[in-house]
Amino acid sequence: MKIVALVKHVPDATAERTFDDADHTTDRTGVDGLLSELDEYAIESALTVADGGDAEVVALTMGPSGAADAIKKALQMGADSGVHISDDALHGSDAPATARVLAAALRRIGDVDLVLTGMASTDGGMSVVPAMLAEHLDLAHVGFVGEFSVDDGTVRCRRDGDTASESVEAALPAIVSVTDQINEPRYPSFKGIMAAKKKPVETLSLADLDIDPSTVGLAAATSVVDEVTKRPERTQGEIVTDEGDGGTRLVEYLAAQKFV
Amino acid sequence: MAEILVLVDHVDGDVRKTTTELLTLARRVGEPAAVFLGPGYDVAKETLGRFGAAKAYVVDTPELDEYLVAPKAEALAQIAGEVRPAAVLLTSNADGKEIAGRLAVKLGSGLITDAVDVAPGDGGDGGVTTTQSVFAGGYTVAARVNVGTPIVTVKPNAATPEPAEVTPVDEKVDVSISESARKARVVERTPRVATGRPELTEAGVVVSGGRGTAGDFVPVEAMADALGGAVGASRAAVDSGWYPHAYQVGQTGKTVSPQLYLAAGISGAIQHRAGMQTSKTIVVVNKDAEAPIFAMADFGVVGDLHTVLPQAVEEIRSRS
Ligand SMILES: Cc1cc2nc3c(=O)[nH]c(=O)nc-3n(C[C@H](O)[C@H](O)[C@H](O)COP(=O)(O)OP(=O)(O)OC[C@H]3O[C@@H](n4cnc5c(N)ncnc54)[C@H](O)[C@@H]3O)c2cc1C
Ligand SMILES: Nc1ncnc2c1ncn2[C@@H]1O[C@H](COP(=O)(O)O)[C@@H](O)[C@H]1O
Repeated sequence: MKIVALVKHVPDATAERTFDDADHTTDRTGVDGLLSELDEYAIESALTVADGGDAEVVALTMGPSGAADAIKKALQMGADSGVHISDDALHGSDAPATARVLAAALRRIGDVDLVLTGMASTDGGMSVVPAMLAEHLDLAHVGFVGEFSVDDGTVRCRRDGDTASESVEAALPAIVSVTDQINEPRYPSFKGIMAAKKKPVETLSLADLDIDPSTVGLAAATSVVDEVTKRPERTQGEIVTDEGDGGTRLVEYLAAQKFV
Repeated sequence: MAEILVLVDHVDGDVRKTTTELLTLARRVGEPAAVFLGPGYDVAKETLGRFGAAKAYVVDTPELDEYLVAPKAEALAQIAGEVRPAAVLLTSNADGKEIAGRLAVKLGSGLITDAVDVAPGDGGDGGVTTTQSVFAGGYTVAARVNVGTPIVTVKPNAATPEPAEVTPVDEKVDVSISESARKARVVERTPRVATGRPELTEAGVVVSGGRGTAGDFVPVEAMADALGGAVGASRAAVDSGWYPHAYQVGQTGKTVSPQLYLAAGISGAIQHRAGMQTSKTIVVVNKDAEAPIFAMADFGVVGDLHTVLPQAVEEIRSRS
């Protein structure tokens, strides 16, 4: 069985994230990058499935050279190999282009039984790339999955939506996007870190994937950002210390604001 | 005027509030036309008309419920292909985003997710511009789709629903669902149990509890009830098993934008702020004066939530 975990390298959310002044793309140089935390759940899910049987786990990323770090982390956690799509023409690619490129890479990897992804990139956070991949590859997709199992060529998932919890079944091959409720991602062990150094990582260009560079990147984006404004910092209001009257003072404030 | 397709979010015809917000937004940019998929149109019709859906495209085939979103995306794509709308609006939730992603591929269109506002484009060509709040609410972005039919998913509370009574002209649309769209079968659907409180993402008041509750949500619930609000929770509280995940506020939970957000026993991690930063008024109860959440508070009490909240509830009762 071949499992591919999709991993994205993103600017650290706890740092001051900004935009590139020139082209309004996410600034990926000014802020340290890391493996999107939400993709760690996808890797852990892949490893859990693989632990239960005979399977190989491939970590796939599309991103600039720094994105190799995301692959490295996946390998340290236990993935068997990595594929990194890197090409200068990809700068500024939007979700539709990203999905097309990842789909081409998945076709090239070939014979994939299960694709695991995070629920959203922690930078763009659109939660659409996996559904788009399903369209391109004509595969089943189950998103926002909080629990799943694979057995007998079928993946069975629990998906928690707004109004209901759903049990969903799909025959493999399939794409499953997992939430942060699904597991507790492992930390790379010392052994894992050492072993990762010897694991194969293939780097692919757009030419390797037969993709015309003019169909991706900022110039081919299907949406444009006209303006980016920093939200004014919220200003702190009155802070009182409870001296036995905290609740009363709270209600006085709420009443003044007409909430009670 | 060009039609704006609004995908109706409903449970057996019970239209969710977000859809009435979408219809309100759609009226600002064109002629709203509801796309109603699945059973229950007869129930929904009145609400859709009340919020200005001049047209309604209705598809009712069992596959829409038997399989996950793919058949819905197929039906919507067929309607969009025939109607050629100026834009398609969907709710920013799990289903809405997945349908939007699939639709974008089918139509070869661009898409924008998590808009907090939609306005007419300045081109005068029926296009739309959107406002998004990104990077945990730190930035506001104005954007538009420039390829194909603009597909936009809109967050709850993006607009105040405004009635504009019409009688929808409805049209039954026949859609044959392909084999490709029947790959993820829904074998069971368990509706979430109603709490009697307002829906978290729709509520005007949200009272959330965090690790500081130490597992006791009674004061948080009592405060929510006293204010007629919904209850939320931080991930720490959810992970500890104190409150269900459906109530988590933040990056990997719900985004809320109420008139009043009260955070009790919550420190204010960036992932939590991402889900509540656009609340109009923020009130904090935390026993640690150094907690980062105080920085965004319009009013804060440094104190123990287990005494401050019950006293507040008493005070509200004595006033009413
Ligand atoms: C990928 C990822 C996604 C995440 N998504 C989310 C998300 O969606 N939502 C979310 O909330 N978090 C999310 N988190 C977790 C987030 O980083 C924080 O860990 C979490 O928000 C902390 O919850 P808390 O504020 O309740 O707990 P803590 O940070 O432990 O804070 C508890 C607070 O309670 C106060 N307190 C303690 N006792 C009392 C008392 N008796 N009275 C009053 N105050 C008291 C303390 O002073 C403290 O400030 C995510 C993290 C990651 C890595
Ligand atoms: N550039 C990328 N490289 C690899 N995986 C990606 C990339 N972009 C998105 N994904 C995957 O798709 C998921 C959802 O992404 P998004 O639609 O951007 O929110 C992520 O959690 C990843 O698993």
